[in-house]
Amino acid sequence: MSSYTPAELCVIMGSRALKDGQIVFAGAGLPLLSAIHAQKMHAPGLAILFEVGGVAPRIGSLPRSTNEARSVRRSMATPATVDMMLYLQRGFVDVGFLGGAQIDRHGNINSSVVGPLEKPKVRLPGSGGANDIASSANRVFIISYHEKRRFVEKVDFVTSPGFLDGGQAREETGLLGGGVERVITNLGILEFDSQTRSMTLVAVHPGVTQQEVHEKTGFELPVSDALEETTPPSEEELTALRGLDPERKYLKEGDF
Amino acid sequence: MSYRDSRQAIVEKNKGLRDKQTTLEEAVTMVQDGDHVAVGGLQYTRTPVGALWEIIRQKRQNLTIYKPLMSFEGDWLFVSGVMGKAVTSWFSGGVTWGVSKIMRTFAENDPSTFDELSLLGLSLRLKAGAMGIPCIPTKSMLGSDLEKTAGLKRFTCPYSGEELLLVPAVNPDVAIIHSQVADKYGNGQIFGPPCLDIESAKAANKVILTTEQIVDNEHIRDTPNSTNIPFFCVDAVVELPFGCYPHECYGRYEPAYEKLGEYGQGLLEATDKIGFVKEYLEKYFYQPENFEEYLSLFGVKSLLETTRLGRIWKP
Repeated sequence: MSSYTPAELCVIMGSRALKDGQIVFAGAGLPLLSAIHAQKMHAPGLAILFEVGGVAPRIGSLPRSTNEARSVRRSMATPATVDMMLYLQRGFVDVGFLGGAQIDRHGNINSSVVGPLEKPKVRLPGSGGANDIASSANRVFIISYHEKRRFVEKVDFVTSPGFLDGGQAREETGLLGGGVERVITNLGILEFDSQTRSMTLVAVHPGVTQQEVHEKTGFELPVSDALEETTPPSEEELTALRGLDPERKYLKEGDF
Repeated sequence: MSYRDSRQAIVEKNKGLRDKQTTLEEAVTMVQDGDHVAVGGLQYTRTPVGALWEIIRQKRQNLTIYKPLMSFEGDWLFVSGVMGKAVTSWFSGGVTWGVSKIMRTFAENDPSTFDELSLLGLSLRLKAGAMGIPCIPTKSMLGSDLEKTAGLKRFTCPYSGEELLLVPAVNPDVAIIHSQVADKYGNGQIFGPPCLDIESAKAANKVILTTEQIVDNEHIRDTPNSTNIPFFCVDAVVELPFGCYPHECYGRYEPAYEKLGEYGQGLLEATDKIGFVKEYLEKYFYQPENFEEYLSLFGVKSLLETTRLGRIWKP
């Protein structure tokens, strides 16, 4: 079996989750790599959207942010930012990809503040387009490094809504987007119980034990009765991926 | 300024077809202390850096700055005292240089210096301002903590019964925008993503347009489909080549990442963060005689290299 970094593993799991023909809102870094990888491997008709105003760009050199000419290279259209974000509200976006400093058991994400907002311990950069993606994308995938300080019982601040307090809370507040469907980490894959809307472990990656996942999760994590083991990245998948990031800006060892 | 006063400002101003070309120094006098100012572009793209540079040199104080995503220019505006409040969806150095330590210093000492909205939320504030309405409904931010911290009001649609949030319009005193091309009357042509600049140009009471290149009005008339900011929105036009440097101008030049990195990495490594930014401002903002001298501090090599990389039309 070939070796791969946690970032490479997550990008490939993200790529596999994408389907041909989908419209995907992807941020720079690992989500973008997942989307381009999927285009190369199995989803040539997948189109990427960027908040800056890129529709279906043909990415060459990897952009260092979502907001520059590299991320709109050879786009088919370059609409205004307000329109890009309104495509989400209208229902055009099949998949939104998100990361975050803190994620809780109901898939709520905090990228605003650690500690109370009026007296912050750490002020974080803020939502950007993440709240709009979480509010209105037809489904959301989260890619995150799996560690206790990120997977918390309750986020300090709900920047991007998952299932809020669980159950029907998300629907009752009036949100129309589908919410978080899947959380992809370097340890496994998590989905949400259809009733409680609580995060549940549905698959572990090869060589990862349930014990390790529990140790690195900051809340009690239910395990699916049908727990699976994921298929490791193939040589073909890894070669295609490494060609996309030859300088290994994003695919380096360690956390991300 | 109230919704009605802002409309009245447009009613009363001289919107006629006239030569609006002026110097950067003169144009920026339109911005007064305490003004609300919308800044064009998004993160590293088409930021009107030249106009910000002059605002910082003229030592405006206590501005409220609306910018959809803020990068290092937010550091410069905070430390120079120009910005009293940032209204944005995101404020960070960027992917490579991490969270802005300057933003953290200001926002952690005084959280009222950073008002956060989602990107659509801020976009819609400007959109409503541009539409001449006082607020606009959205599904975004429902149920999140941004709904509470931004003080957004709930609203039930009288037709469908749908639950919505109402985002208040914003009509900034001034918008500053950089386009690739404009004529002397202020007909601006932005190529590539217009970001929120078209909304900002309509929402603001006054608009300062800097441009890479002044072209003849006949060129504008040959290509009217490309004019996304008509002259009657604009109050001052300044030809300012490399007016976004070290940020990018789509189709013209890429961001000067090496030069941004000198700042970003320098800030990461500095023990006295505020002192580091003050020194940077002294060297690059206050000392140069003019914008050309500012550009020459970065060198011809960087200008040529970013220009070469910025030509993106080849397949």
